[in-house]
This record gives sequence, structure tokens and C-alpha cells, in this order.
Amino acid sequence: MLKIRNLEAGYGPLRVLKGISLHVSPGEAVAVIGANGAGKTTLLKTIAGVLKARSGEIAFDKQSILGRQAERIVGLGCSLVPEGRHVFPTMTVRENLLLGAFCRRRTNKGKDLDDSLEQVYNLFGILKERSSQLAGTLSGGQQQMLAIARALMSRPRLLMMDEPSLGVAPLVVRDIYETIVTLKRNGLTILLVEQNARAALAVADRGYVIETGQIVLQGPSRQLSDNPEVQRAYLGKEYRSIDE
Amino acid sequence: MDQASLYNPKCETIPRDELRQLQFERLQSTLNRVYRNVAFYKAAFDSHRVNLERITDLQALQELPFTTKEDLQRSYPYDMFAVPLRDIVRIHTTSGTSGKGTPPHDMATGGPKPIVVGYTQNDLRNWRECAARLLTAAGVTQHDVVQIALHYSLFAEGFGFHQGAERVGASVIPASLATGVAKQIVVMRDFKTTVLVSTPSHALNIAVSLDEAQVSLERLSLRLGLFSGERWSDPLRRQLEERLRINSIDTYGPTEVMGPGVAGECHLRHGLHINEDQFLVEVVDPKTHAPVPDGHEGELVLTTIMKEGFPLIRYRTGDITRLNPEPCPCGRTFLRMAPVCGRTDDLVLVRGVGFFPSQIEGILAECDGVSPYFQIILDQEGGVETVQIRVEIADDIQSLDKVKAIETLRLEAARRIQTVLDIETKVILLEPGSLRRLPGGAERVVDRRPG
Repeated sequence: MLKIRNLEAGYGPLRVLKGISLHVSPGEAVAVIGANGAGKTTLLKTIAGVLKARSGEIAFDKQSILGRQAERIVGLGCSLVPEGRHVFPTMTVRENLLLGAFCRRRTNKGKDLDDSLEQVYNLFGILKERSSQLAGTLSGGQQQMLAIARALMSRPRLLMMDEPSLGVAPLVVRDIYETIVTLKRNGLTILLVEQNARAALAVADRGYVIETGQIVLQGPSRQLSDNPEVQRAYLGKEYRSIDE
Repeated sequence: MDQASLYNPKCETIPRDELRQLQFERLQSTLNRVYRNVAFYKAAFDSHRVNLERITDLQALQELPFTTKEDLQRSYPYDMFAVPLRDIVRIHTTSGTSGKGTPPHDMATGGPKPIVVGYTQNDLRNWRECAARLLTAAGVTQHDVVQIALHYSLFAEGFGFHQGAERVGASVIPASLATGVAKQIVVMRDFKTTVLVSTPSHALNIAVSLDEAQVSLERLSLRLGLFSGERWSDPLRRQLEERLRINSIDTYGPTEVMGPGVAGECHLRHGLHINEDQFLVEVVDPKTHAPVPDGHEGELVLTTIMKEGFPLIRYRTGDITRLNPEPCPCGRTFLRMAPVCGRTDDLVLVRGVGFFPSQIEGILAECDGVSPYFQIILDQEGGVETVQIRVEIADDIQSLDKVKAIETLRLEAARRIQTVLDIETKVILLEPGSLRRLPGGAERVVDRRPG
């Protein structure tokens, strides 16, 4: 579904992605894990068209989306849940959700939108309860759910999520991840970027480890969880000095 | 296509364009990792001015330097490992074969060394998977009783098949080579072995010994043989199939690269499918190192793209083969290599163990009383491969009891060869000047083995 080769991107003189290649097959959940500053967010922003790639290839459903405008990419069925949620605090929950369906404004009639709203309300009951409340008054976890729900309103086939567990209470992290599992079970393809490697690898089929803008490890999630390097660096296993 | 004959259908029938993306991703992360973690590769890439960011497709693999057997020997024991030793859970070595023209030593005394290979948990898991695919392709199932008559020692062969066969669910008998042929046959008969895994020469040895053991073929349940560790000719293959009434399957897997599981024949037996999701394969001209077209003979070069502990980039295996990219009717999309038909060096393979004539030369040079003139004669007696070393005694051998001195010398030479190379030989001492001196050097290896 998504195929990336040799992707390079950055900010000004700063090269952040130094030749990234990865793919996501239909129905798969793929995790990209790595430390702060490794290039995870840059990767998602570049795929989403928010940031311009310097070189490389990005193909979504076998057509190149490199250099396309962000809203076009959403229209093709590839949505991003940004890091830090970025919900509109002074708008209601419902308004935030309807904005998520903006790219469907021409093709969809009211009935269709109501269906979509109903679907995300089913997924996140709390949003239905608070549909007329201002988004800025929601808790961090609820805002995260709203951000995911808003992305779903565009009816994506590929959902990209940037650090959905960041700044969220541990119990809520569990809720969010349960939602991700549900979405995956419903056939949604997911690309997930996380510092919380344990949570991400628990739901993903496969994973990539990104270090200073390069992929250094990859494989089925179980193999990554069992990899001692990953355990030491990202799963918080005790680090002992090497006596060799 | 019979899905039942595939261990991992999704992976083994992956469309070629998906495979290429997968291979490229894995190559890229392997290169990034070896550059960071293995001093040898950092130095090799830097000195060849390789910029890893320019490796933007599989074709660009050709811009990378080769890794040779000598590179691996120089890294003895652990310098090629890409992870700290505490992440390694298994260690194997090659059979201590040394490079051309270098004197041999045993592991304790320094000099050319065996190659030491380390495996992480994930490496063992992938190895099991590869071996299981190979066994399944050969037709081994949970209903089989698999007798493994290979080295279970520092060498990886026995373990590779063993783990894979357990994964497939077969009943595995680790007979190893420590079990003598007679007992091997009894086990085979009483335990109703259906699949024999061994070297071709060991299997022939078993076939020949059946008569001696007074066990008739009718009492055996054997139906399949998986073979590795030696080059074998078509006549030998036919002979094995007839004498043991089995189907034979050829397999390939140098220890440096992983061990058994790199490649193996499917039930159609028309070339060995290489597990291309784990290994990149090239065939190059051994002299010019240029790639040869598909279907032409050349040296097999392998790159590991899944290994964590001991990754290899463009490893020159020294084995001569050719590639067949034609799709196989079995449904596997992995391309096939022809059975290995030769070596680029003068490695001699006997009973699954390899050595170089130069190693014999080096050992003899340390024995007082023999001259540097020697000849290695390979033969087969009653199905068993034999090695005879014919060497001239020195002109200046001085002893009152010459006969006794010569006998001592003979035994001592054989003992040293056994110690260093782990090969049983018969040493025959000759009068000075009795070996033919040929222009351009003596004929050092005479291979009288049939086939």
C-alpha cells in the first residue's frame, strides 16, 4: 500500500532522513520506533506532504505522492494523526470531527457524514457524550482520541499515527492502543511511530528501528522485541556495562 | 501447486517486485548496521570510498567490496560480530580450512584460523525457519523419522538440520557421526527411519555396509535422503538412489553464511531454491569479479540481509554454480542455483571436512625426516572416502634402526594431520626421488574417487 525508497528530508541545512526505505502492505500494522530526534516525526510529515522531501520515492497504492499537497494525499486515503494532537481547542468536538471530513465535502452528502460520525462515536463513546463541548476542555487522552477520530473522518485506508501515547496517562494509553487493535481488526492499514516501543510492538505486525535518520533494524515485531539491542535502547531493560 | 509442500507459503511465493523492495530495505538496514558495528566493514567501505547513501537500489550492491574467507580468518575469533558477545547465544566454526600457501596451525598456536560464527536468538530462529522450509520443500513432514548423520560439534551442519526438522515436527534422531556405521544401520532399521540426512559419501558408506550388517533393504523404511557438505556427481547420486531406494535432495549452506538452510531443492529437484528473503545472491567471474549472466557458471557471492550476529556483505563462497531465474513449477518465486560443481580454490572436501593441500604441506614441514615432496591421493574403498598421503623421506635420515624410525615418523605424521585437520589419513613414506617431478610443480592431489 505504501512503499518508500531512499527518502531524504530535513529542515534547512539539517538533514534528518538519510535514505529511508520501508513499506506497509494492506491490512498491516507497522511500527517505526526510535529515540527522540531520530527522524520519526519527520518521516510521517514527509509522507503526509506537510514537509517536502529532498529526494527519494513515496508511492501510495503504486502511484507517486512525492511532492503532492497534503490535502491531496488525505484525499487519496492517507491520513495523519499528528504528534501533540493539534485539535482546534475553541471548536466543539463535533466541529473538529466534521473538519476531518473536509476533503469529502464535494463527494459526500449529509447522510454519509452522519454515518461516519456515528462510526467514530461508536469507537469513542466519550466523544459522543461530549460532542458539543469545546475540544480545549477535554483531557489529554480524550484529545488524542478526538485527533484519531478526526483523522478517521476522512475515511483513510492508511492511518498514520505520531506518538499516540505521548503525554497520556498509562491507563488511557491502554485504551488508545485497544482502539488501534480494533481499527486494525476492521481492516485499516496502520503506520505507527512511537517512542513507546513496547506498546507499539505489541500491536504491530512488523517494525523498523530508526537511528539518526537511518533504518538500522527491522523485522517481525516479535523479533524486534526479542532483540537485545532494542531491549536495551527502547524497552527499558536494564543496561549493564559490557565486559569484553 | 501443492500448498502443503511449502513451509511458509506467503514468504516463499512472494511476488518478485515485493521481494525486491523487502530485499532492498533489509540490505539498507544491514549496511547501516555493519558500518556502525563492525570495524572491518567501516574500514572496508571507507577505503573503497563507498557512500552508503548512494546505495539506492539492489544493483548498487556491486559497488561494495567483497568479503573473503581470509578476511573472516583474520577476524578470529570475534571481530566480525555485529553485536556484543552477550547477545550471542550460539557459536560454531568452520572446519578450520586455511587459505592457500599459509602454514596450518591448530587453534591453540596461532596462525590461520577457523572462521568463528556467532548467532543471536533471532538468528537461530531464522535459521530454524530456513532449515524447516528446506526440509518441507524436500517433502519431510511430521510423519517422518529423520536420522541426522552429520557432525554435531563445532560444525554447524547437524544442528541446522536438527532444529529445522524439529520445527517441521518430524521425529529427530541425532545420530551424529559419533555413531558408527553398523550402529547407524541398526538405528535406521529399528527406529524406522524414513529420512536420512548425511554427506553423500557417508550415505554410500551406509549402503555398502548394509550387506555386512546383514540388513536387507526391505527391513528399512527409508524413502528420502538429504545431502550436504560435499560436492557430488550425478552418477554417485543415481547410485545412492538405487542402492538405498530413496529420492535424494541436494542442499547448500556454508557455515559462514548460516549453515544448512541457505538453499535446497524442492521435490522437483531441478536446482536449489535460495532463501532470497534472507540472502542476496550474485554469481561473478572468479578472476575479473564481474557479474556473469544468468545461466553461466561463476563464483557464488552471498550477502546476508537478516543476520544480526554475523552479517556478511558480498561474501565470496568459493563455490562454483550458476543461477536459474526461470519460475519453478513448484510455485516458489525464489530463484534456483545449480548444484555446486566446483571450487575456485584447491580446497579438498573429504567426508564433509575440507582442507587445503597447503595445510598438509605445512604439517609435513614440521615433521623431521620427511622431504617437502608429497602427494595426496583421494580414493574410495567400500564406499568410504580415503586419504592417502605419499611423502618422500629426507635424504639425510640417519638412524641405526631405520625401519623403526620410519614407522614412528609415519605414525607421527598421520597423528599430526589428524590433530590439526580432524581427518584420518594413511601416510606412506617413499624413497627420496620416487615422486614424479612435474614441470611447474608436482601434481599434489590425485582424485581417484568415482564420479
